[in-house]
Amino acid sequence: MKSRSSGSVIRLAAPLRALAQRFSFLLLVLASIALMMVGKIESVSVDSARARVTDAFAPILDAISRPAATAARVVESVVELENAFDENQRLKAENARLLQWKQAALRLEAENSSLRSLLRVRPDPSLTYIAARVIATPGSSFVRTLVVTAGKRDGVRKGQAALAGAGLVGRVIEVGEWSSRILLLTDINARVPVVLANTRQRAILAGDNSDQAKLLYLPPESPIQVGEQVVTSGDGGLFPSGLPVGVVTAVSERGVRVLPSADLSRIEHLRLVDFGLPGTDLDPSPEWK
Amino acid sequence: MTATFWQRVDKAGRNLAPFAVTVMMVLVGMIPVPVPGYAPVAPNLTLVSVYYWTIHRPDLMRPGVAFLIGLLQDFLIGGPLGVNALLLVVAQWAVLNQRRVFLASTFALLWFGFTLVMAGAVVLQWLAFTALDAAALSILPALFQGLLTVAVFPAVGWLLIRVHRAFLNG
Repeated sequence: MKSRSSGSVIRLAAPLRALAQRFSFLLLVLASIALMMVGKIESVSVDSARARVTDAFAPILDAISRPAATAARVVESVVELENAFDENQRLKAENARLLQWKQAALRLEAENSSLRSLLRVRPDPSLTYIAARVIATPGSSFVRTLVVTAGKRDGVRKGQAALAGAGLVGRVIEVGEWSSRILLLTDINARVPVVLANTRQRAILAGDNSDQAKLLYLPPESPIQVGEQVVTSGDGGLFPSGLPVGVVTAVSERGVRVLPSADLSRIEHLRLVDFGLPGTDLDPSPEWK
Repeated sequence: MTATFWQRVDKAGRNLAPFAVTVMMVLVGMIPVPVPGYAPVAPNLTLVSVYYWTIHRPDLMRPGVAFLIGLLQDFLIGGPLGVNALLLVVAQWAVLNQRRVFLASTFALLWFGFTLVMAGAVVLQWLAFTALDAAALSILPALFQGLLTVAVFPAVGWLLIRVHRAFLNG
């Protein structure tokens, strides 16, 4: 009985196999299209599978990205050596200016804390940062993400904001055990609630796969000026408010364009902001005496 | 007996070379290079590798292998699943159908053939992403990526020839 059934399986399998080989092209094309559908519908399980695959390849990506980073640093240091004198002059001037600002900041901080204690303001939860190295970029024209070397075991959670240098670069969309993926501000799927620093106008910053992002849902006739700072509004509770995002570079009929403050094409390291989400575990005992 | 066993292991290992090299190309293509505007136009080394092996060793670069590599690429780059899988399967099929022409031709013609394949890949990729994102995307970055890939083709091709001679001669 057993041998007969296995025999019939073989007899059935052979033509099936021949058929599969003949139509393998068509089958694989259909499989690809099916995968696109599955990816759209089952995004949660696809994300966790993706995180596992990225985790598995993260050590290799980490290793092969190091020589490239070193080479870039060598080239950069040679260029910097050439400009060392000018750079030194510039930095001295900037340092003098910044010292003045430091005085102002200290004075404001003291004033702020005394006013806060008068008003009994509940301070924002303190932020902690997780540093991570960028080990991969997609190398695709239609996807703007980064893979970094920090994951669940370092405290990375989905939705955390990623900062580099001068400002926000994106948010965590997928977390593996020791690697995670950042969706950049300029990706077509990125949406960040922002507020314009001067006019206090709220909007959504949306990427469109170009180097600049655009502002959505602005009321018509908003008095927006080129050069205005854009910061996170903190709406939705994903990001802390007030993180610098970018600068308005163009206001026209076709919309308002924002250039991210951080140079998104040359991020080597970034910081992930561990921000206590509202409603989860805010520390209820801060220093309001 | 043991010799034949080890010979078989050796042969299997060597036969894995096209697959391994192409996976390496996927990973190398993802190295972050701190040059402004590089990432969106980074050359598609994977396609070069699939093109080369389909012409020279179609027995080792089957549609299923191309599909698996494309799927791995989809997982790693963080885009929608299936796009690169589709791209590589179609490219493999197209090249396989014209293989005789390519095999008999000079390097210049091989290069020209790749330009055609790359052009097809650019359009297919653009169509897939436009459909999946439901938005009018610019084809320009993909076009520049295509041009850059065509430009690096001779260098990558030379590397692949070295690998081919080193592992799969005879």
